[in-house]
Amino acid sequence: MFTRRAIIAALSAGVAMATLPAGPSFAQDVFKVGLILPMTGPFASTGRQVEAGARAYIAQHGDTVAGKKIELVVRDDAGTADQTRRIAQELVVNEGAGALAGFGLTPLALAVGPVATQAKVPAIVMAAATSSITEQSEFYVRSSGTLPQSAVPVATWALENDIKKVVTLVSDYGPGIDAETWFTREFTGKGGEIVEAVRVPLQNPDFAPFLQRVRDASPDAVFVFLPSGVGSLFMKQFAERGLADAGIKLIATGDVTDDDILNDMGQPALGAITGHFYAAAHDSPENKAYVEAFKAANKGMRPNFMSVGGYDGMHLIYAAIEATKGDTGGEALLEAMKGLSWTSPRGPISIDPETRDIVQNVYMREVKEVDGELQNVEFATYEAVKDPVKAAAASGN
Amino acid sequence: MSSASETLMSSTAGKPETTAMALLRRRNSWRAYEIVLWLIAFAMIFAMPSKALILTEITIVALFAVSLDLILGYAGIVSLGHTAFFGLGAYAAGLFAKHYFAEPVTGLLVAGIASGVLGFVTSFLVLRGSDLTRLMTTLGIGLMLAELANQMAWLTGGADGLSGVIIGPILGQFEFDLWGRTGYIYSLVTLFILTWAARRLVNSPFGLSLKAIKTNPVRASMVAIPSRHRIVAVYTIAAVYAGIAGALLTQTTSFVSPDVLAFHRSADVLLVLVLGGVGYLYGGIIGAILFTLLRDWLSVITPQYWMFWIGFVLIVIVMIGRENLARWHTFLPEPLRRAMTRIANWRPGAKIGGSR
Repeated sequence: MFTRRAIIAALSAGVAMATLPAGPSFAQDVFKVGLILPMTGPFASTGRQVEAGARAYIAQHGDTVAGKKIELVVRDDAGTADQTRRIAQELVVNEGAGALAGFGLTPLALAVGPVATQAKVPAIVMAAATSSITEQSEFYVRSSGTLPQSAVPVATWALENDIKKVVTLVSDYGPGIDAETWFTREFTGKGGEIVEAVRVPLQNPDFAPFLQRVRDASPDAVFVFLPSGVGSLFMKQFAERGLADAGIKLIATGDVTDDDILNDMGQPALGAITGHFYAAAHDSPENKAYVEAFKAANKGMRPNFMSVGGYDGMHLIYAAIEATKGDTGGEALLEAMKGLSWTSPRGPISIDPETRDIVQNVYMREVKEVDGELQNVEFATYEAVKDPVKAAAASGN
Repeated sequence: MSSASETLMSSTAGKPETTAMALLRRRNSWRAYEIVLWLIAFAMIFAMPSKALILTEITIVALFAVSLDLILGYAGIVSLGHTAFFGLGAYAAGLFAKHYFAEPVTGLLVAGIASGVLGFVTSFLVLRGSDLTRLMTTLGIGLMLAELANQMAWLTGGADGLSGVIIGPILGQFEFDLWGRTGYIYSLVTLFILTWAARRLVNSPFGLSLKAIKTNPVRASMVAIPSRHRIVAVYTIAAVYAGIAGALLTQTTSFVSPDVLAFHRSADVLLVLVLGGVGYLYGGIIGAILFTLLRDWLSVITPQYWMFWIGFVLIVIVMIGRENLARWHTFLPEPLRRAMTRIANWRPGAKIGGSR
């Protein structure tokens, strides 16, 4: 009897709760931005940088725009795509988030596509770098950059500087293959020669045997893409194998000499030539202010290219709300974001209205010691580079 | 009470009731806590519609843990690669929906069959060797599948995952909604049916023989239990369950990433099962509820450091001893305890329970 009563009690409690208004209610003038990032696990540094970048923007520009109070809701997806998707859904449905942002890796960004499309909220890609992401939903806008965007200028620069024979060495996964493909395409298309294409396992790489293969092929340079983080191990082994002494230059995308960890790489990193869209040493008043504010707020951590993706992503949201004069409907915001252009800490950038992808300068940098710290020092600029993949598709080749 | 129902049953069956059969019948009847658990689970559809997504996740983890319980709790096979079946099911459901037929129930069956076949084939590897060998074999199978999914980019989308999976309405009727309510009801019904089937399975002579194998394989074979056949069978069934759990994940998120095959999933599900208790099916479900809620709660409070706290909680639980947690009622004063025991052992009359 007792339990029957308990069951009835449980049931009626359930019914009572169902009749209560579901979900929290919010004031009209709060605009929530759901920032979903890997804050734990192997990609935690991405999450840390992007979040710090986004927070730096709010700290600099205040939390109110066009009468709306911007509230950042940060969630950890631990780099797991189904978590990203669930959190995105919950943020939209339960928290009433008006925009989603973050996404540390390509699968994490892709998982959110259907939610963004269904709920009609903009999804701002602040870190993931595979070109195809923005094609999967009308609601993606990218504030970071694509990998081919950095790889192609490196190839162009190499050819302009008497590098004719190159070995490519990339991590064996989506972005690595993207980098290899687009570097090779540009390089061989303009008369260069790829001697060998080496792919290194993504997990726990030991570069020694691969570097030996590079050395045996004796190219003019080795083109490298690695996800940021394993760069320091690579640099160490690059020096140990004596590739620099054998006259083999190191050219890479900026992920390898990530500003966040560059300083700890030490001597072996000196002289590496990389192409990327942001360097903490970029010489502009906007960047000086940014780096200073960022370091002050984050115990001296140096901002890297991911943080600037977070920073500019927040700018996109602010500028869009300003342009719509406080209309926070997803479609209105998206329209306002298309074609926006502004000066970011990384230099002049804009959002391509056709592809919703970022158009930005790509800088060639060399690792040098400046005031006792290793820095990516810029020495050449390729202006207003579009994502080469979409540019190629548009021009039909 | 049990003696009364036994006499009733033996008279209807028309032959003398053996002790073992009486035991099985008794175990097969529904307990009060089970009924309450399921009622609450179904009441959640109305009680907490805004939490449907996390409830769905709990349901999927629970089904995955029930699957592991079948082999770990009943047959005593330790596995560190159980996510191989989960992941295969997830990919099978995704590919099937993408290329052939978008109806989800069919997808579940296809995924179950695909994982079942893999389970059947790999069960022969598990037959060999003892615990340590099994750990290594299962781990190896999991890692191999993960690498295959990563490399076969033309099929699986590689590291970027399989996108563009569109799942049709369930049985052509019920569309998956953004709030995840359909997804929750769908997952819960699946979990309920499969748990019910698993209950029948483990409370049968088959289940009893598995426990015998787990306790002492040599003695089991001496009383003529065909342990090899039994292990192959239960391993295959567990693989089907895990495959269906994976398929549910694909269908409720309409996305598959290589993460479904990642090692941490195998470890998580083991954790869930240990948390809830091994060898009574509901351990997986209770563990899934505890683990998922704890993780969600902690990661909202502290997105950066929640792993520290979850580790801390796990150590505390292990130090106190899960057995002590499970028999917390024994520390209550005597009259309260007796009442508790009565409630726990209460079960409805023979209509719902044992007699057939």
